[in-house]
Amino acid sequence: MNTSNIAEKEPKTTAKLSSEQTLEIEDNHITVGSCFSDNPKMTMRNVNVFYADKQAIFDVSLDIEKNEVIAMIGPSGCGKSTFLRTLNRMNDTVDGCRMDGDICMDGDDLYAPKLDVVELRARVGMVFQKPNPFPKSIYDNVAYGPKIHGLADSRVDLDEIVENSLRKASLWEEVKERLHQPGTGLSGGQQQRLCIARAIAVSPEVILMDEPCSALDPIATAKIEELIEELSENFTIAIVTHSMQQAARVSHRTAYFHLGKLIEVNPTEQVFTMPQHQLTEAYITGRFG
Amino acid sequence: MNNKSQVLSKIQSSLARRNRAEARFRWYGRMAIFIGLLAVALLFIDIVSKGHGAFRATYIQLDVRYDQALVGIDNLTDAEQLIAGNWQALPKSALRTYFPDVSGRSDKRKLYKLLSNGAGFDLKDRLVADPSLLNRIESVWILADDDIDTYYKSWLDGNPYDARMSDKQVKWIHQLHQEGQIALHFNSNLFTRGDSREPEQAGIRGALMGSFFTLVLTLLLSFPIGVSAAIYLEEFAPKNKWTDFIEVNINNLAAVPSIIFGLLGLAIFINVFHVPRSVPIVGGLVLTLMTLPTIIITSRAAIKSVPPSIREAALGMGASKYQMVLHHVLPLALPGMLTGAIIGMAQALGETAPLLMIGMVAFIVDIPGGFSDPATVLPVQIFLWADSPERAFIEKTSAAIMVLLSFLIIMNTSAVWLRKRLERRW
Amino acid sequence: MQTADILFLLLGLGVFGFYLGRGRALAVANPLGGIRQLHSLPSYYGMHIVICALIPSLLLFGLWIIFDSTVIDGLVMGSLPETITPSDNASYSLLLNKITNVASGIIPATGQPQALVDASAYKLYLENLSRWSLTTLVLMVSMSGLVWGRFKVQAKFQARQAVEKVMQNMLFGCACLAIFTTLGIVLSVLFESIQFFRSVSVYDFVFGLEWSPQTAIREDQVGSSGSFGAIPLFAGTLLVSAVAMVIAVPVGLMSAIYLAEYASKNIRTFAKPALEVLAGIPTVVYGFFAALTVAPFLRDLGNDFGVSISSESALAAGGVMGIMIIPFISSLADDVITAVPQSMRDGSLAMGATQSETISKVVIPAALPGIVGGIMLAVSRAIGETMIVVMAAGLAANLTANPLESVTTVTVQIVTLLTGDQEFDSPKTLAAFALGLMLFIVTLLLNIFALHIVKKYREQYE
Repeated sequence: MNTSNIAEKEPKTTAKLSSEQTLEIEDNHITVGSCFSDNPKMTMRNVNVFYADKQAIFDVSLDIEKNEVIAMIGPSGCGKSTFLRTLNRMNDTVDGCRMDGDICMDGDDLYAPKLDVVELRARVGMVFQKPNPFPKSIYDNVAYGPKIHGLADSRVDLDEIVENSLRKASLWEEVKERLHQPGTGLSGGQQQRLCIARAIAVSPEVILMDEPCSALDPIATAKIEELIEELSENFTIAIVTHSMQQAARVSHRTAYFHLGKLIEVNPTEQVFTMPQHQLTEAYITGRFG
Repeated sequence: MNNKSQVLSKIQSSLARRNRAEARFRWYGRMAIFIGLLAVALLFIDIVSKGHGAFRATYIQLDVRYDQALVGIDNLTDAEQLIAGNWQALPKSALRTYFPDVSGRSDKRKLYKLLSNGAGFDLKDRLVADPSLLNRIESVWILADDDIDTYYKSWLDGNPYDARMSDKQVKWIHQLHQEGQIALHFNSNLFTRGDSREPEQAGIRGALMGSFFTLVLTLLLSFPIGVSAAIYLEEFAPKNKWTDFIEVNINNLAAVPSIIFGLLGLAIFINVFHVPRSVPIVGGLVLTLMTLPTIIITSRAAIKSVPPSIREAALGMGASKYQMVLHHVLPLALPGMLTGAIIGMAQALGETAPLLMIGMVAFIVDIPGGFSDPATVLPVQIFLWADSPERAFIEKTSAAIMVLLSFLIIMNTSAVWLRKRLERRW
Repeated sequence: MQTADILFLLLGLGVFGFYLGRGRALAVANPLGGIRQLHSLPSYYGMHIVICALIPSLLLFGLWIIFDSTVIDGLVMGSLPETITPSDNASYSLLLNKITNVASGIIPATGQPQALVDASAYKLYLENLSRWSLTTLVLMVSMSGLVWGRFKVQAKFQARQAVEKVMQNMLFGCACLAIFTTLGIVLSVLFESIQFFRSVSVYDFVFGLEWSPQTAIREDQVGSSGSFGAIPLFAGTLLVSAVAMVIAVPVGLMSAIYLAEYASKNIRTFAKPALEVLAGIPTVVYGFFAALTVAPFLRDLGNDFGVSISSESALAAGGVMGIMIIPFISSLADDVITAVPQSMRDGSLAMGATQSETISKVVIPAALPGIVGGIMLAVSRAIGETMIVVMAAGLAANLTANPLESVTTVTVQIVTLLTGDQEFDSPKTLAAFALGLMLFIVTLLLNIFALHIVKKYREQYE
């Protein structure tokens, strides 16, 4: 299987700044800010991730609150995508990838041997960087999840799920006339909203979004961002983004990753106005990235 | 679907069924691999178990007296006498001496059948090589008949096949065995002789030489032509209908059944151009047409893998397009082309059907010495032997297959080795 | 002079011409101030002379060799007196053979009719004449080319362009050989087939239910209707191919899926080449395996269960053919399955689909065109496969759908009709070409269609 799409670039060992000074992270860095929550949906403790013998994530602990939108930002290769993929165990599909530490959802260990990843992934949906609709009709794309999980008892049920999901993804009005045409025929932004509709059709509790707008134009991006805000009423959302503006616009909390370490977690407003850690500050003021 | 816990319970209830389906699917996959590997293993085990015996043949040791009077010659340098001599009398008399109490015509005939009917001529060759043997006695290991060979080998394996043996012959064999006068020796005939109606005298040398001449011609024709065509299509061809048409033709020819090429050879080379039948020339021509698509396709891939930056560098220095191709592209693409040529040759070496059409299926005893001598090739020899009713030919056929497969394995591994060794990564 | 001698002489002339041209170019360049004053490098002038000296003479040589025996035979047969001029094709070639044999001394001349002896002497004379005039002509053409090329050597002569133009034409010619081959195939099977259809109607051939080419010869009733009905052959071919596909498609497809989606790297590096070994085994070996191992095994197995299985059953031939085709399907399927982007799999797995659901509901449907194309190529291969069926299937044309019985196939009949000594123009022999035509048309359509589908599929993910 192709693994290249997940392999991250070699992280720089030091972050070069425009000024003379070089910032280094101490080996036993402790995350600054408020990384724990009283009402967590997911809890991660001391998570380390390795690709073969290379470590990608170092000792990350974080809580994700119910119905919050948490954004993960950081320079490329900082491990934010890898971290996101540990939350629904998509890293299992990568040869040689292993994880230690604890990740729990509602108190259940996600990496318990007894746990079925199929069930987990139905509860934790995911939207990818590049829109990846299946080469099927729009209808079949959305109906795919309910069908494989046996959620619909009848055709009518299924129609209803598809319509609801498409409505929630604000795509219904645009595609209701052509539900049975291929999903690959839609525009990039529509495809991405189709993928979101596909993810919410199985009523997940958490939705992971891996740079969902990086392949889209600004107008399509604005639509998706609007959608994320609406979805946050019903779903817990973790979004990895490359764009600080996007993080500022959509998220409640922001986590800053650097070279596989979680540097700082704070309410979004605070991160962007008065970051606690100097690396965070360096990043958001655009001195590297 | 509004109720998330309801959804969850639905999912959970289907989990067991779906996991069983998953396990089943995996098991199908494993079975498929297993069936494929089993087929490979069975094929090889079957052929080796049938054919390994053919590399040794049964010989009987007898004291032969090269009796001048018995053969009826007086001058070993006289070719006519050598032809007319009654050489078969030598092994017969040696057998009578060894089994003095065999009498009666039918018993004697059975006794003579112990030895190959070419035994007399083998003794003649020994005598001509060493004339001082004349009228002297020599102890010689003489080739046994194929029925004896089959029986003796199967008896040694503890599962005697005596359908074509008389009781007396069995008794004699056992007597020879006890006295240590019968044994298995390396079967050099297999590699030094041409085809024969007598299994014990049949060898694959004729077919090997035929294959050699045919392949040499195929390589000489198809490699330059194939490489030229590939160079044209990759480097010079304009993008137009005609080039597309050539491409379609090449891809299609690669998938045309090989027997059709045989029909082409028969109708065009033999009936129109009067190339003689059964000779390596016509075989080589047909196989050239057949392997060309393979060589063109692999050569094109090799040329494609040379990065354009090298071409640009050469052209930027003011080289003409030909100089660019000859000095830069061709040397870099050569390993890939050679790999393709070896694979094409391996294909041609194993090909049978088209050669049946152009008369290379004839029964040819003489070992061909050139491109225009009637010849057969190894796979056709296998086909001919497989069709022969004598049981001993099964063993020979399997042995010939083992030889053919070893050639193919050598060629294919050397192609893989060449690719690994010489291929550059850009 | 022998053919090889002439070729060697020409080769020598070529080498001489190269040095002549190069030397002349240097000589021309010297007074002008060195080779920079020449249009091309000196060796190009040499190459140009080689081309002038060799290409026309080799062309002449080739054409002569191809046509001289036909011309000589025509002349010899034309010189025969009316009385023994043969009336039909068969006796024509017989007589010609006799004359050739007398001329070469295989048949002693004594005892043959005088006209025949004269004809053979005439033939010898003509052959001698032909050989000598060929030698003289070829050498003359080559020499004049040499001289002409020598005079072309001038500072301004664009030798490189001239040489490259010739080379380009030669490359183009090599590329066009593929077209000539196809043309050759079409013409050879078409011409003989047309002759065949003069004596047997196309309708009877394509829709006839009875195939027994032997009776036509024995009763001397050329093309008696009903004897050349090819339906049983088509049915037999389809039956054997169907058995092969029933084995090859599931096994090949599932092993490709397992290797691409499930197998660990170690298993893949071992199992893939091991399966590909099956593709490298010559078909005659499969034929031997089918005829001597599988067929008797199935027959005995049938006996044990009280089922009568023919020892030349379609099951044995088709089964072994299926084994042969497994790697063909698995490697084609592997190509198209790995071409499906990983993002498709990720999308499905992230929805909570199991791996098998992902494969059967997303990967395979996405790869379907490629897989279908691959299977069609495999079918075309099964239909055209010859040695396995020649060795393991029967000769009797039974019209049956029972794979336990013996059937015959198109390729078996082509081989049977064309091996051994027949008169070339008998309908029996020509029938083989008509069958070849059918085989060519069917496989051509399958191939073109399949290659088209596969190409379209590749473009989709590129």
